[in-house]
Amino acid sequence: MSQLSLRRTIQMGLIAGVIALSVSAIGMVVTFDERDIITGVLSLGQLLLFGIPVVVGYLIVRGNGEIKAGQALLHGLIAGFFIALPLIGLILLTLLWPNIRAALPNVSPTLIGILTFGQGPVLGSIILVLVMMVLGAVGAAFHLLPERIQKPLFSGIAWTLGIGLFSEVLINIFRPVPRQIVRIIFGPTGITPLLAVIIFVIATVFSAWWEARGRDRFRDRRTAMTKEQETRLGRVGRIALVVLILALPWILGIYLTEVLDIVGIFILMGLGLNIVVGFAGLLDLGYVAFFAIGAYVMGLLTSTGDLGVVGLPFWIALPFSVLAATIAGLILGVPVLRMRGDYLAIVTLGFGEIIRVLAASDLLKPVIGGAQGIIKIGRPTVPILDFIFVQPQHFYYLILFGCLLAIWVSSRLRDRRPGRRWMALREDEDVAEAVGIHLVNTKLLAFAVGAAFGGLAGGIFASRLASIFPHSFNLLISINVLSLIIVGGIGSLPGVVVGALFLVGLPELLREFAEYRLLLYGALIILMMLLRPEGLWPSPIRKRELHAEPDIAEHEGIQHEQVADLV
Amino acid sequence: MFKRRMDFDWVGIALWVFRAVIIVAIIVGLVRKLFFDVGTPYVTSDWATFIVSGLSQGSLYALIALGYTMVYGILFMINFAHGEFFMSGAMTATIFIATPMATSGFLDQQPILGLFITIIGAMLVAIGIALLTERIAYRPLRKAPRLVPLITAIGASFFWQYFFRGLYGGEIVPFPVPEILQGRVTIFGLEFLRARLGVMVVSLLMLVALYTLVQRTKTGKAIRAVAEDKDVAALMGIDVDRTVAITFAVGAAMAAVAAIFWGLVFRQVHFFMGFVPGIKAFTAAVLGGIGSIPGAALGGLFLGVIEALGPPSVLEGLGVPGAHQLKDATAFILLVLVLIFRPQGILGEKLAEEKA
Repeated sequence: MSQLSLRRTIQMGLIAGVIALSVSAIGMVVTFDERDIITGVLSLGQLLLFGIPVVVGYLIVRGNGEIKAGQALLHGLIAGFFIALPLIGLILLTLLWPNIRAALPNVSPTLIGILTFGQGPVLGSIILVLVMMVLGAVGAAFHLLPERIQKPLFSGIAWTLGIGLFSEVLINIFRPVPRQIVRIIFGPTGITPLLAVIIFVIATVFSAWWEARGRDRFRDRRTAMTKEQETRLGRVGRIALVVLILALPWILGIYLTEVLDIVGIFILMGLGLNIVVGFAGLLDLGYVAFFAIGAYVMGLLTSTGDLGVVGLPFWIALPFSVLAATIAGLILGVPVLRMRGDYLAIVTLGFGEIIRVLAASDLLKPVIGGAQGIIKIGRPTVPILDFIFVQPQHFYYLILFGCLLAIWVSSRLRDRRPGRRWMALREDEDVAEAVGIHLVNTKLLAFAVGAAFGGLAGGIFASRLASIFPHSFNLLISINVLSLIIVGGIGSLPGVVVGALFLVGLPELLREFAEYRLLLYGALIILMMLLRPEGLWPSPIRKRELHAEPDIAEHEGIQHEQVADLV
Repeated sequence: MFKRRMDFDWVGIALWVFRAVIIVAIIVGLVRKLFFDVGTPYVTSDWATFIVSGLSQGSLYALIALGYTMVYGILFMINFAHGEFFMSGAMTATIFIATPMATSGFLDQQPILGLFITIIGAMLVAIGIALLTERIAYRPLRKAPRLVPLITAIGASFFWQYFFRGLYGGEIVPFPVPEILQGRVTIFGLEFLRARLGVMVVSLLMLVALYTLVQRTKTGKAIRAVAEDKDVAALMGIDVDRTVAITFAVGAAMAAVAAIFWGLVFRQVHFFMGFVPGIKAFTAAVLGGIGSIPGAALGGLFLGVIEALGPPSVLEGLGVPGAHQLKDATAFILLVLVLIFRPQGILGEKLAEEKA
């Protein structure tokens, strides 16, 4: 039997309390409160606030070996108490300083209402403390349950919350079913408590069955399959996936396809930046410059407005967008060739800002329209059929094709000499040079290919929106793209897709996130770097480097061959 | 094996051409401006005003640049979040100290004391944020590859920006300027904005104080030792973690002073105010030679003057319309030029190869 340290419990409770106070004071709780997960029972804001004691209660007990149930629960209660303290402080502060919103605009009566359960400051505070304590104990108790109960319960909760959170999306998918019926099942916002219970029970029972029997049965059947059956199954799976991807825009409807288009454009940019940052290890913070150049070239070449130069069709202009971005990549690449690491980051940031300032300035106004931007940009057409790309669904296929092309090019480059040179460069520039890698060409190739993808994304972006303005091309785009490749996994192609879905798709679906997007990105980047530097879907090489020190010898044979092959 | 015999240094040539184009552009712009009066005509006193405002702006950059340069000197890392330390101090002190003091009339009765309290408040907040950031986002990653702490620094920067936007709202907050610092004074026939004059005096004092701290005190000695070699410093009984934390704290305190004066000069604070000064101060630090304290001061002043003089002289001379819009771009272009042509900066040590 081990003992829990009281000091640690109080410390963690207070830290969590300050976090709870912060998310309340910056308005996250109130904003997120507008999204119901379970109608009338739980909102996203409440989940955020009251999820904290549960998680902390769980964390306090975790990793401490065998602990007496009573002691664990007691520590859960104590932690909950200390989590509530800073919040009580906030409630008191609003009483002492009625005009607090002049300084802290987000400490609103709504927030205090949520914190005190609408029961007034005194009674509300007492309830808050009790609730936090109980939830802390619940978190601790959760860990006391045997493993085989913990897992099903957890997946039951996760499914319920997930479906509740994305009920809007699901409703969108069930478009053919009349809205009233859907609303009866789902409830006005979020899901109805009844549905929540049903989902919870199904998910829990299924997960319990899966843990107990299903997994083994599945594995048995899998191993019992003949080679032939297995390949057939694989083929069916792949065909199903292709069909799903192709049919996706029609399943999801216009609004969600719009979201997918945005995600797709970010995937395209992510793939480009991934070559520069992920493969070659050159931290580029000005990636938006190439996106902007691609977009402006598309605008100038196809616009039928005042600024349009030649009025080319989209398909002829697109290669020029890519070409212009590539050339820009080379031009910007040359001066920074001799810089390393962090200087490179700042200089590329400077380039990005210079491009933005120039785009908005009077200097280039006669050419690219200054702050008014370029309007009436041409849409892609299919000449013979007289078909014009207008709807997001049409652009979806265009973007999908672009992404597939970029993935193909990336994976080809990665597995051949250029990719290995890049990775050698990333690991150690001096050694790479010593084994005969031409640094200049290798770096410039990375910049050029990365920029080309950016230009492609920019061209499609311009055509999709039909008008572009300089303020669309700010630093935040670069940061966005960088965040998504970091979160997905630096140097990993599926990681880019996962990162983009997660970081770009989620905030588009859950509008409440929009305001806190960059705050969450910042926190996420730091957490990723601290806890999981290889990303959500790491590339195998990277994972090996970061985790498996001992079996390096195993791979050494391969590495020698690779080095020999590099030159 | 004879694949790349024709390996002439075309990057070198490209850089040389680039250099030549820049120099020719600067000379042409200057000549056209000075001898052919292109663009807005300026008289001598206009130029003097440009230089004075450039110097005062530059002294603010210098104060912020100190934080960059000290942290870089000790950890070889660009603390991208430094601009946010600056912003956090300014916003918190404005909202919780300066504004209430101004409404109660205290700031006008006791302007020096009032500003002093405001600055102390800003310093405490900035130091708190800096220590928190260092502890959470930098310290655990000190042994990681060099790009990793830079990436967390970028994350920290955006986190704090939007944290404070959530906390204090996204609006511009007016900074209350005490009466004594409003308006202008005339010294040696030159007109000064009083606030700008104050900036220069205080910056100079702070620089001297910092220089003394680093060169004359035991703490300063520890900082220099850790910058030289962390492992050996640890062997000599210096607490490296503590020294690094002190460095961050000193840098943040300097940034907080700059932030309050920034508020006095521009009369407003907002959540995004740290970003551009941060980048420019970094430019200043590089310009002066990163890692060198006098270099940061010199680089700041130099950047301020170039930024004030560049657009009206060279850019207008080249016939660029709306030259003042390109003020920020001037600083960035200067940064790029310095990093290409003289990465060690004006007073830089030889760290182009080893550290840069």
